[in-house]
This record gives sequence, C-alpha cells and structure tokens, in this order.
Amino acid sequence: MNSILFIVFVPLLAAVVAGLGNKQLGNVPAKVITTGSLAISCLLSWPIFLSFLSGSAEASVTPVLQWVQSGTMAFDWALRVDSLTAVMLVVITSVSFLVHLYSWGYMSEEPDQPRFFAYLSLFTFAMLMLVTADNLVQMFFGWEGVGLASYLLIGFWFRKPSACAAAIKAFVVNRVGDLGFMLGIFGTYLVFDTVSIPEILAAAPSMAGSTIGFLGYRLDTMTVLCVLLFIGAMGKSAQLGLHTWLPDAMEGPTPVSALIHAATMVTAGVFMVCRLSPMFVVSPTALGFVTFIGAATCFFAATVGTTQWDIKRVIAYSTCSQLGYMFFAAGVGAFGSAMFHLFTHAFFKALLFLGAGSVIHAMHHEQDMRYYGALRKEIPITFWAMMMGTLAITGVGIVDVFGFAGFYSKDSILEAAYGAGTELGGFAFWCGITAALMTSFYSWRLVFLTFYGQPRWAASEHIQHAVHDSHDHGHDDHAHAHDHAHDDHGHAHDHGASHDGTGGYHPHESPWVMLVPLIVLSLGAVLAGYVFHHAFISEGTGEFWQGSLVFAEHTIHAMHAVPTWVKWAPFTVMALGFATAWYAYLKNPSLPAAFVEQLGVIHQFVFRKWYFDELYAFLFVRPAFWFGRVFWKQGDVGIIDRFGPNGAAWVVAQGARVAQRVQSGYLYSYALVMLIGLVMGISYVVVR
Amino acid sequence: MSGFPILTLMLLVPLAGAVGCLVSGDRGARQIALVATLIDLALGAVLWSGYQIGGPQWQFVEHVPLFAGFSWALGIDGIALLLILLSVFLMPICIGASWEAVTKRVGEYYAAFLLMETLMIGVFAAQDLYLFYIMFEAGLIPMYLIIGIWGGQDRIYASYKFFLYTLLGSVLMLIAMLWMAHEAGTTDIPTLMAYDFAPTAQTWLFLAFFASFAVKMPMWPVHTWLPDAHVQAPTAGSVILAGVLLKMGGYGFIRFSLPMFPEASAQFSGLVFALSMIAVVVTSLIALVQHDMKKLIAYSSVAHMAIVTIGLFAFNVQGLEGAMIVMLSHGLVSGALFLCVGIIYDRLHTREIDRYGGLSINMPRYALFFLLFTMASIGLPGTSGFVGEFLSLGGIYQVSSWVALVCTTGIILGAAYMLYLYRRVAFGEQQHADAAAMTDLTPRELAMVVPLALAVLWMGVYPESFLAPMRADIAALDARVARAKPAGDAKVTPGKPVVHDAAHAQHGAAPEGAH
Repeated sequence: MNSILFIVFVPLLAAVVAGLGNKQLGNVPAKVITTGSLAISCLLSWPIFLSFLSGSAEASVTPVLQWVQSGTMAFDWALRVDSLTAVMLVVITSVSFLVHLYSWGYMSEEPDQPRFFAYLSLFTFAMLMLVTADNLVQMFFGWEGVGLASYLLIGFWFRKPSACAAAIKAFVVNRVGDLGFMLGIFGTYLVFDTVSIPEILAAAPSMAGSTIGFLGYRLDTMTVLCVLLFIGAMGKSAQLGLHTWLPDAMEGPTPVSALIHAATMVTAGVFMVCRLSPMFVVSPTALGFVTFIGAATCFFAATVGTTQWDIKRVIAYSTCSQLGYMFFAAGVGAFGSAMFHLFTHAFFKALLFLGAGSVIHAMHHEQDMRYYGALRKEIPITFWAMMMGTLAITGVGIVDVFGFAGFYSKDSILEAAYGAGTELGGFAFWCGITAALMTSFYSWRLVFLTFYGQPRWAASEHIQHAVHDSHDHGHDDHAHAHDHAHDDHGHAHDHGASHDGTGGYHPHESPWVMLVPLIVLSLGAVLAGYVFHHAFISEGTGEFWQGSLVFAEHTIHAMHAVPTWVKWAPFTVMALGFATAWYAYLKNPSLPAAFVEQLGVIHQFVFRKWYFDELYAFLFVRPAFWFGRVFWKQGDVGIIDRFGPNGAAWVVAQGARVAQRVQSGYLYSYALVMLIGLVMGISYVVVR
Repeated sequence: MSGFPILTLMLLVPLAGAVGCLVSGDRGARQIALVATLIDLALGAVLWSGYQIGGPQWQFVEHVPLFAGFSWALGIDGIALLLILLSVFLMPICIGASWEAVTKRVGEYYAAFLLMETLMIGVFAAQDLYLFYIMFEAGLIPMYLIIGIWGGQDRIYASYKFFLYTLLGSVLMLIAMLWMAHEAGTTDIPTLMAYDFAPTAQTWLFLAFFASFAVKMPMWPVHTWLPDAHVQAPTAGSVILAGVLLKMGGYGFIRFSLPMFPEASAQFSGLVFALSMIAVVVTSLIALVQHDMKKLIAYSSVAHMAIVTIGLFAFNVQGLEGAMIVMLSHGLVSGALFLCVGIIYDRLHTREIDRYGGLSINMPRYALFFLLFTMASIGLPGTSGFVGEFLSLGGIYQVSSWVALVCTTGIILGAAYMLYLYRRVAFGEQQHADAAAMTDLTPRELAMVVPLALAVLWMGVYPESFLAPMRADIAALDARVARAKPAGDAKVTPGKPVVHDAAHAQHGAAPEGAH
C-alpha cells in the first residue's frame, strides 16, 4: 500500500469519527483518535521527505478516484508526491501533530473538545489534499477546504460576536482571492486545454509572448493567467490588499493560529506560486507583480507590528510580513529560498504562537502585553522557547558559522533580491531590510514587554477576575475589547508605583503536554536552517527539487556574488532593532510614549493598520447592504412588482371591477385558457 | 427497449395514490402518499439501472397514438432521466416534511402532491409537444392549490402573482407550439429537435418560449413571484418548487430553445447573459439584506439559476453539463435548505432570522447539516454545488471573460449572504428562551436530511454517476448548436496564434523557463 494514502486520509477519517461522534464519543477518545491519526501521518511523512533529501525517491502520482470529466475538461482525485510536496508534508504533519498535542493542555477546560479536534484534523486533511494536488482543481478543493476549516476554527467560540465576524470576514475575503484563482483556472484551461499541473507546466514556455483577450483588452497570456492565479494566493496568504482577515483571525484559539494562520494554510499561496513556478517565469511582468506585492506587504505588516499591544496580533502581523518575504523571493526567481523560508518559518512561527499561547494560558487569557512584564522567572520554559523563536525570526547568526533558522532563509532571500539586479529587486531588498529592522524591533519589544521589566498584571481585568474568582474559567473571558482600550498608550508605563503590580496573581507554567511541543519546535527553530540549508538553497542542489520548482542556478550564483555589506546588512539591522527595543522598553521605558506623542498622526495611522478596515467598510461592506436594500425596496417592490403583477391587477380592477373574481377565480380562467388553446390545437390538426 | 411501460407506471402510481388519498381522507392519506412516492422512487432506481449509457438516445419509449395525431408518447434521454430521478428522490422527503406540519384537509393536500409528481414526471418524459404542454402547465395547478390553500398569511397574493407571471408565458408558448406543429407537420419532440426552422421564424418562436421558460427559471426581472411563492408555500411546497418546478425552465431551454432554435438562441445569448449577470449581482445583494429566511434562500435561488442560464447559453459542453449539474445540485441543496428552515419553523412558527440564534448550542446535529447545505450552496468543492458552478462558469469563460468575471462574483456574494444567515441562525448567543429550548433533529427529520446530505456529497465527490448518463445527449446537443455558435458571440477571442513566432523571439529573454 502506498503510504501517501494513509497520510492524507487517516486524518479525514479521524475528523469524521471525532466530529460525528462528538459528545457521545467523549473528550479523550476524540483526542486520542485525532492526535493518533496525525502521529501516523507524521511518522509516514518524514521517511518520504528524507528519501527525497537523499535523492533516492522519484516523483509519483497515486490515483484515487475519477472526479469530473466534461468534454476535454477532466480532473481526477490523485495524490502527487515530489520534493516540493515532501517538504510541505513534513511541515504540515509535524506542526499539526504538535499542535494537536499542545491542544490537549490548552483546550483542557473547553467543554466542546471533540469538535475542536475534529476541525483540526479536517484542516490537516484539506491542507494535505492541497499540497498533493496533481491538477489545479484539486488544489482548489484543498484551498477551499482549508478555508472552511479556518472559518470553523476562527469561529470556534461561536458565541462571541467578534469571533463570528472574524470567521465570516476570513471566508469572504478569501473568496475575493478565489475569484482570481477560479478565473485563473478557467483561463488556463482555455489556453492549455487541460487543468493537469504537469501538462500545464510543460506547455507554459511555449506560450511566451502570446496574447489573450481579457475583459476587452488584449494582454500577454501568461501575465493574465499568473496574475489571476496570484490573486488567489494573495487572499490565502494575506498579502497587501487582501490581508485584512488575518489579524482578525486571531479570534480563534491560539493553537489554531499556530497551525493555520502561521505555519501551514497561509503559506499555501507561496506553495502555489512555487508549484506553478514554470508558469510564472514565463511572465516577467507577473513575477514583477509578485515581487512588488510581497515587498510592500513585508514592509507594511512590519510597520503595523511595531505598534500593536495584543501579543497575538503582533505575531499575526509578523506572519503577514514574513509571507511577504517569501513572495518577493519567489518574485525574483529564488523559489528555493521562498520554500526554505516557508519551511523554517513554519517551525519558528508555530513556536512563537504556541509560546504566546502558553503565556496567555499563564496569564489567565490576558493578551495585552501592557499587562505582562517580568514573566521570565515565572514561566521559564516558555520564556526560553520564546527566546529561541525570537532568535530565529530575527535571524541571529554569524555568516558561514552558525545561525538560527531564520538567519539562513531570510538572508538568502535578501541576497537573492539584491542579486536579481533589477529595480524591483532593489525595491524588494530595501523593503526587506527595513522590515528586518522592524522585525527585530517588534520581536524584542514583545520579549521585553512580556518577560522583562516589572510585573504590570494588576491592572488586567482578566487577572483581577482570576484573583477574585479563581473558579471562573469559562472561555467567555476571551471576550476582550481590543480596540477601544488601546488608545491610551501612556498608562501602560504608569505601573507599579504603589505596589508590586502582581495584583496577588501567580502565573503558572503550562503543563508538559504543552511544553513538549514548544521544546520540539525550539529544536526546529534552532536547527532547521543549519541542517537543511544545503538541501534547499545551495549550489548544485537543484537535484533535491528534481524540477518540482524552478531552481535557477544563476540565482544562487548571484546570491553568492553579492557584496559583503549586503551579507552583513541583515545582521546589522537585527542588532540595531534589538538595541532600539532594549533602549525603548528596558532602559528608558518612557520613551515610546513620548515618541508616540511626537508622531501622533503617523503613529495613529500605523496603529490603525493604515485604515484598511475602515476603507473597505466604506467602499464595499456598507454599499453592498445599501444597494441590497435599494434593489429590493426600490427595484423589486417599487418598480417590477408595481408595474408588473400589481399594475396588471390594478388595470383589471379599474377596467372591469372584477378584481374579486380574478383573485378567486384565476385558477379556472387559467385552466380555461389552457383548454381553449388545446382545443384549438387539436381541432386544427383534425381539420388539416 | 420496448416492453414493460415503466414510464406510464411511474405516472400512474402517484395518480392512483392521489385518488387513494382523496378517498381515504385525513386518515391514512400520509401512509398512502409515502408508499406511493417510495414505489415511484424504487421505479426510478429501476429506471436508472435499466438506462443504457451509450445506448440509443431515447430509451423506454412508449408510443400510443390516441386521436388526430395526438399521441401518448413517452421516452427519456439522459437529461430527462436525471431530472426524473431528482423528482422521485425529493417526493418522499416532501411527504416526510409534511408529516406533522399539515393538519387541515390532509387527504386533499397529499392528493395535490401526488398529482404534481405525476405531472412533473410527465413533463420530463413527454415526447409529444401537446402532451408536454399539458403536463407543463397543469403541473402548476397543484402548486397554486398548495400555496393558495395550505400557504401562509398572504397566500392569495402570492399565488395570484405566480399565476399572472406564468399565464403570460403559457399563452405565448402555446401559440408558438401551434405554429410549430403546423410548420413541421408533427408534434413529435425528437423530430422537432432536428427540424430546422427558418431563422426569422426562430426569433419569434424563441421569444415565445423564452417568455415561458424565463418566468419558470426564474430570470431577472420576472423573478418577483418566486420569493412570495416560497415564503407563503408550506415547507414541502417550497422544496418541490425550488427542487423541481424551477428546473422545468432550464429543461425547457435544453429540450426546446437550444436544439430547435439554435440560431435564435445565439442571437439572444447577449440578452440572456445580461439578465443573468444582473441576476447574480442584484439578487445576491438583495439576499444579503433579507430578514426572512425563506426569502433569502429564494433570492439565492434566482442567483443560482442565473448560473444555469449562462451555462446553457455558453454553447459548449462544459457550460451545458455544468448547467445540468447546477440544476440537479440546486434541486437538492435549496430543497434541503428549505427543509432546514421548515424544521425550525415547525418548532417556533416564525421565519424571522432574528428570532433564532445560537442553535449550535441546543441543536448541534441540525447545525451540522445546515452547515453542510450552506457550504454546498456556496459551492464548496467536494459538494455538488461546486461541480456545477465550476463547469458552468468555466464554460462561460470560453465565451466571455466579462460575463465570467461578473458571474463569478456570485461566489463572493453567495458566501457573504449564506454565512451571514448561518451566523445569525446557528452562531452567537442564544437570544430567545423559546429558540434555545428547541430540540434537536428527530429521527423523522434525520431520515429526510441524511439522504439529501449523502446525495450532495456523492454528486460533489463522484459526479461521474450523474455526468455519464447525459454525456452523449449533451454531446449531441453541443453538436446540434455548434453551427450556430457565432463568432460574434464570443466577446473575447483567445490569442493563441502569435505563439510560435513570439516563442522564438522570447527564447533568449526567459531562459529559466526552459528547465
């Protein structure tokens, strides 16, 4: 039997059993089944990855079932395994398994656990279908499947209005991207007469320079197709313009944020671009678009990340920013670097989220960093795990010696952007460097605010709840007004003058079932870059990819040929960001408030996430409802009905005053009309 | 093929049941109706298994000349087969949905339903023009009665509106049919499907039929009877209205308009596209602001039916097959959604969305099925909704990227209004004590929704079962209309020709594309 079948379908089976069994099944069996299924998938995935790493495996396709055959449009259920898929397999199954395990502890007070674990496993199944797709439509199936799971998990605490709103927003915004994806598939089918990925990729180069009519314009074929498909990627991977759902998605339980909104689902867009890289390289315009969007997102999200107070939102914007890196890496042709960053990022970002979850767990559901402080001693293992994650994301390392995971992948991306030698490459490089500076700043800011300084716990409502009513552990505590309370930055630092700031609360370290995943992921964050960078991005290792993505040796050469200052630039900005954060949040904590006061408008603009939500509400949401009401009341009722059926009734009533008879006797008149007609018809045939 | 007249039997069983229901009165009518519909379902299964894929185009043909050229002519192709299956599948579910809800004039109620089943099957099986017309128009009479007698508060207005709209179309269609019979000298539908009418005549004939089918579909702007009819109809009435009666319009386009008037169809495809685009956007936006659950789903039906019409007039295999699958899928899904509304209506006696909320807490099973049907309505891959929508939109993209773009926005708007509905019904806190006290699905209700859920997933995961029977018929239709597929019809022409020259020229510019 082919192990890939088990890897993909065992989680589905577990999801169905746990989901349908639900309360009747009980918490523990549901958790054992789902977590066990992921353990199986994970254990079966690593050998596949290692065999590709050693070069002993070949790409394969396992057919499952016929799906649709309509004319020449045919696509089946099938599982494709090649190097690119193998990378995704280990990322998905490993992180998913660890997140399942972690959730045993994190969700232990939750009454609705089987449902949660069923959703997690369902998500994993859909994600696996996405990465094993052999045709665009199955990829779209996985694409929408993860969207469904994401919707369900963001809205897991469905009693909370904010969670429901966030869930709908995530689904609908993603659908905007899906519009592009679907049109991209249609266009691809139109051009290539197939939706099979290998066939499309093989035929793509021959389409260079051809043009296609689109919306009345005549445009370069591959540019149209790639941009349409990339719009899908922008939605799923929360790129600038379609990113607004990701921060709100933090309404979901923290393990969900780690799995879906950091390590796996949001990277689907990057995976898609890499999978279709032979298409994208045919269109320099499309690649330029990818570069630009990636670079802009990476800069934009980093700016917002520096101002947020909610620990999960900081990490969410960080994710958004890191995805931008991956995209502009792909945009400059360094697909290997994009995948490598996806790989390392999965470990350290899942680690950061799970670590944040552990902090939130310790702080009784408080997520506002202004009420943290001095947690280093209280939750030491979490602290060290978060340190490893921070060292990895900020890219700490010495060139040619050793570095944490992000060091290898991020540096290679920046070098590739510089090495591309194009204007857009340069733009991406400078955006990336600036973002790296801000990444370092907000990451260390997070660490300092959370683990250093003085305790500021007493002011937190959650902590007060915990102290006063230690039995009230309901998840309603999550109902937390993020926005209105955050305007007053000054008071964050007015803490602890009169008392010790702990409010009598004692944070407790998380249980081992949560700490073990943290430790495992810490290992990944420390070592993933060092161990695997040869395989992913070194010269002459195109054979690892075996053509599953475009691996251009000349890009690697250009990366190595960049000037020394470029190689040291990431390290420099990292150190600078660290120093700034240290100065502003430890050495001189009154500085940020003063800074904010000086730059009121700019800070407000950034803190308000560049007003995207407000803009979209103004441009799309409110008009949609307004038009809906107008079309209904004025259109359907006011015009169509008024001059249509009601008007006819009025005419009849006026003309013959027989409204009463029409209303009660219409059935007979109808039957009569029909009968007369038939009599006419038949008598005609007879007479003829 | 000749031999056992199974189609006639399928028409007679419900008819006999209807008589039985009338005779037995309130006692026993339910049981008689259930048995009759189940027998028809079993016959439908026999029909399906007996249907030879790749066999003759018309199977199970029965031909009994009655008088003066008017004959009892029945026979089905794959398209009709699937729609008959949909009808016989939904009928027992409708009986189940009425089991406890209908308490007045029970015998007559079930008689009306069974009569309607006979007429619906008759519509899809008729091979004689006049026979079709009788079935097609008479099939609406039981529906008027169901709305007018067992409907809600404004049932008179709703059935009146229903009547007015359909009357206009029916008169024009009848006149057109008379002319056609005269012109072609036959009322045999298969013969007429191959008959070439003069293009000028086609224009008028097309418009006459269009008036009838567009109302049945319904297409914007002649759709306003549908929300009222749905809102006023009892649950089972809504299920059958959305499930089968709306499909008669689409069936009419496939059976009459396209094969009989291909030139005129091409000529008016621009009009159809325009109306469909408006329908998708406008009715989706209207659905977004509804407070009444049934109205919301009714408006969503109009939007979905627009996907059917663009698929039909795409003049290619994907569009036609997609349109058929959307019809079948919509029959199941919107039927199921109306059933879901009916289930909670039976408990709380209101369709007001705001009166519900938090049903996931006290009705978790209900919430699960409602979610599945919501997702199918949105067109989530893996459900039936996706397959049809995808093929249909893929078909239209080959004709016009503008139409495809506008109609594909339906996937965004559809997600918005359906999830907003789901959020208000199933999510959130329990706002009202009476809604919070509602019990979860009963075994009877489970027996209704589970088959629907399985069918929706089946059609989503392995649609081949449904595509295979109609493949040859769609191909034949595609070949029939191919000559009319005008160049001007495709507003956008893909520009492949430049490929070869440009590929050489570009070779040096994009070298990494090669490996």
